[in-house]
Amino acid sequence: MNNPYLPYPVRIDDIEIATEDKSLRTFKFVFLNEGDEEKFAYKAGQFAELSIPGVGEIPIGIASSPVEKGFVKFTVFKAGKVTSHLHNMKVGDVMGLRGPLGNWYPWDKLEGKNVFIIGGGFAFTTLRSSIKYMLDPANRAKFGGIHMVYGARSPGMILYRDELIEWEKRDDINIHLTIDREAPNWDYHVGLGPNIAEKVGPPGNDDTYAIACGPPIMIKFTLPVLEKLGYAKDHIILSLENRMKCGIGMCGRCNIGRELVCKDGPVFTLEELNLTPKEY
Amino acid sequence: MKIVKINKKNWAEGLDSLAGSYSLSGPVKENGYHNFKKLNKGELPDFDFLNTKLSSKSFVFPQSEVMLEYSLDETADDHHIMKEVKKDYSKRAVVGMRPCDAKALMLVKMNFDTADYQDPYWLNAFNATTFVGLACDNPESTCFCTSAGCGPYHEDGLDVLLSDAGDHYIAKALTQKGEELLSAAKWQESADASVMDKKKAEAEAQIASTVKTDQLKKKATLDLHSASFWDDIAFACINCGTCTYACPTCWCFDIQDETKGNKGIRMKNWDTCMSPLFTLHTTGHNPRGDKTQRVRQRFMHKLKYFVDKYDKGIMCVGCGRCIRQCPVNIDIRSICDKMNRYEPAEQSE
Ligand SMILES: Cc1cc2nc3c(=O)[nH]c(=O)nc-3n(C[C@H](O)[C@H](O)[C@H](O)COP(=O)(O)OP(=O)(O)OC[C@H]3O[C@@H](n4cnc5c(N)ncnc54)[C@H](O)[C@@H]3O)c2cc1C
Ligand code: SF4
Ligand code: SF4
Ligand code: FES
Repeated sequence: MNNPYLPYPVRIDDIEIATEDKSLRTFKFVFLNEGDEEKFAYKAGQFAELSIPGVGEIPIGIASSPVEKGFVKFTVFKAGKVTSHLHNMKVGDVMGLRGPLGNWYPWDKLEGKNVFIIGGGFAFTTLRSSIKYMLDPANRAKFGGIHMVYGARSPGMILYRDELIEWEKRDDINIHLTIDREAPNWDYHVGLGPNIAEKVGPPGNDDTYAIACGPPIMIKFTLPVLEKLGYAKDHIILSLENRMKCGIGMCGRCNIGRELVCKDGPVFTLEELNLTPKEY
Repeated sequence: MKIVKINKKNWAEGLDSLAGSYSLSGPVKENGYHNFKKLNKGELPDFDFLNTKLSSKSFVFPQSEVMLEYSLDETADDHHIMKEVKKDYSKRAVVGMRPCDAKALMLVKMNFDTADYQDPYWLNAFNATTFVGLACDNPESTCFCTSAGCGPYHEDGLDVLLSDAGDHYIAKALTQKGEELLSAAKWQESADASVMDKKKAEAEAQIASTVKTDQLKKKATLDLHSASFWDDIAFACINCGTCTYACPTCWCFDIQDETKGNKGIRMKNWDTCMSPLFTLHTTGHNPRGDKTQRVRQRFMHKLKYFVDKYDKGIMCVGCGRCIRQCPVNIDIRSICDKMNRYEPAEQSE
C-alpha cells in the first residue's frame, strides 16, 4: 500500500526573489531519490503539499510546467507559519514534497479551442505552468488562439516578468500586461485587470474557454466581464483555495458541499460552483 | 456461516485461549461509564452496558496517531526526511462492540479506502482486527438505528455477532475472520439459528425512535443549505465538538508535527468541523466563520452531501451518542426530519 502521507525528499536547488517587495519567492526543488520525479508526473493546474518536518505542510500550486524536466518550481507568498519558515530556508536545504494533488485544467476539453487566461496578483502560478505547457512546440498546434490578461499592482509585482516579456514578443500568443497605476518606463496597459479584460478579451463562444485565477475581489469583478463577453458558465474555469491538510480528500476540511476542493478540485467551472454552497 | 452456542461457563476459558493469538479489547467500566480498553490477561469484557460512551472507531482511527517521524539533527544522513514509523499490526480482536459501531466502520471506510488513495493507518488496523459484535436487546430511548440503515442485530462490518441468551451466548460467524476466531476459542457447540432470528425481531420491535430520510436525496443542496431553520438549530450550540468526537461516523482529522529536541513525529489527530480553526484561511477569511455555518456543515455532511456522494444512506447509524452527550440537547433526529420535509416555499419552520 502506497502511503499518501509520505512526502518525497527534495532539496532546494535555487531560490529567486519573485517580486520587488520580496513577499514572494520562487523555489526550485530537485528530487533526492531517483525515480521520484517520474512518480511526481503532474498536469498544469495541480498543486502539491510542501512539507517541512517540524513546521508543517502547505498546499501550493505547481508553477513549473510538465514540459520542464529535472525540477519542480513553486512561488510562495510569505503569509504565516510555514510560508515564513520557507522564506528563511536556504539553497541546499532538504524538505518534503507530497503530490501531485487535485485535478487540473481540463486539457482534453481545451484541445482545439481558444483559451483566454486572466490572472491577478500572485495567483498566477498554475497559469504560468499552463501557458508554458501550451506554448511548448509539441503542444502549440493543439490549441487555437491563446489570449492572456495579467494584472498586478506595479511592474515590480508581476511574477515571471522576464518570461512574460519574452512571450509578449511572440505572435502565437496575445499577451496583455497591466498595472493598477501609471509607472515610469511602462509600455503596457494601465488599469484594473477586469477592465482591460473587457476591452481586449476574445468574445465567448462554444470554442473559447476562459480560465481565471486571482484574489476574490478580482474574480468578483471578472465574472460579470466574462458574462458580458458572452462566456457561458461551463466555459468559465476557476481554481479555488481552501484551508487544507491531507490534500487527498480524507481529512474533511476543504469541502464545498459534497465536493472536496483538494481532490474534486481545485479546478471547477462556474457552472459547477453555482451548484455548491459558497463556502470558499 | 456457522452458528455456535457458548455456555457462559466456557466464556472465560475461550477468551483465554484467544489471548494466545489475539490481543483482546472490550468494554470496561471506569469512572462510571463504559469504554473500550485493552483487556489484561484474565480480564473479561463487561457486557453490562447499553452503549459505550465513546464509539469503537478509535481502534482504526485513534484520537492521536503517529504517522511519520523525522530527525532535525543536521549531522544525521537522513535529517529532514520523513520516515514511516514501525507499527504493530499483529492480530487483535474487539469483543463486545455494538452493531451500530461496526456499521459505522463500513461508512467511514468509504472515506479512507478510495480508488485514488488508501489511508494505510486506517486500513492496516482495520485488516488486523476481528470485530466481535454484541447484539442489543435493550435499546436506549435515543437509539434510532433501524431507520438509520442499521439495527440491533445488524451484521455489516462485524466478523462475529454475539447474542446474550441467558446462560449462554449464541455466536454467529459472519466472515472467515470470524470463523477463525470461534475456532481459536474452541467454541464449537452447534446452536439453533432460529433463536437468533426470533431475538432479532424482538429487539428491532423495541426501537421506538425513528427518523425519516426518504426525501433527502431529492432535495436540492442549495435549497437545504439556505433553509431558514439553521440559525434556530444552531442557537444553543456552544461548538464544543463533543458530538463529533463521540460519533462513530465522524472522521475529520488534523495533521500536526511535534518536535522534542532534534527528533519529531508527524501526527494525525481527531479534528472537528465545529471549530472555526478547521477552515480558517491564513488571510483571516473563514468560509465557515459563523457558528451557524459550522452546525449546518455537520448536518448537511451527514444527511445530504454524504447521501448524494455515495448513495448509501445517511452518514449516521442512529447510535444516539450525540443526542445523549450534547450539553444543550441538540437532537439530530428532529433536524433530520426537518430537512426531510423541507420545502423551499415555506418561509419559516
Ligand atoms: C490549492 C491551493 C494552491 C495554493 N497555491 C499557492 C501558491 O501557489 N502560492 C502561495 O503563496 N500560496 C498558495 N496557496 C495558499 C497557501 O497554501 C497558504 O498561504 C499557506 O497554507 C499558508 O500557510 P502558513 O503556514 O504560512 O500559514 P498559517 O496560517 O500560519 O498556518 C498554516 C498551518 O499552520 C498550522 N497552524 C497555524 N495556526 C494554527 C493554530 N492556531 N492551530 C493549529 N494549527 C495552526 C496549521 O497546520 C496550518 O495549516 C494555495 C492554497 C491552495 C489551497
Ligand atoms: S455536542 Fe451539542 S453543543 Fe457541542 S458542538 Fe455538538 S451540537 Fe454543539
Ligand atoms: S450522528 Fe449522532 S446518532 Fe448518528 S452515528 Fe453520529 S453520534 Fe450516533
Ligand atoms: S484537505 Fe483534507 S479533505 Fe481536502
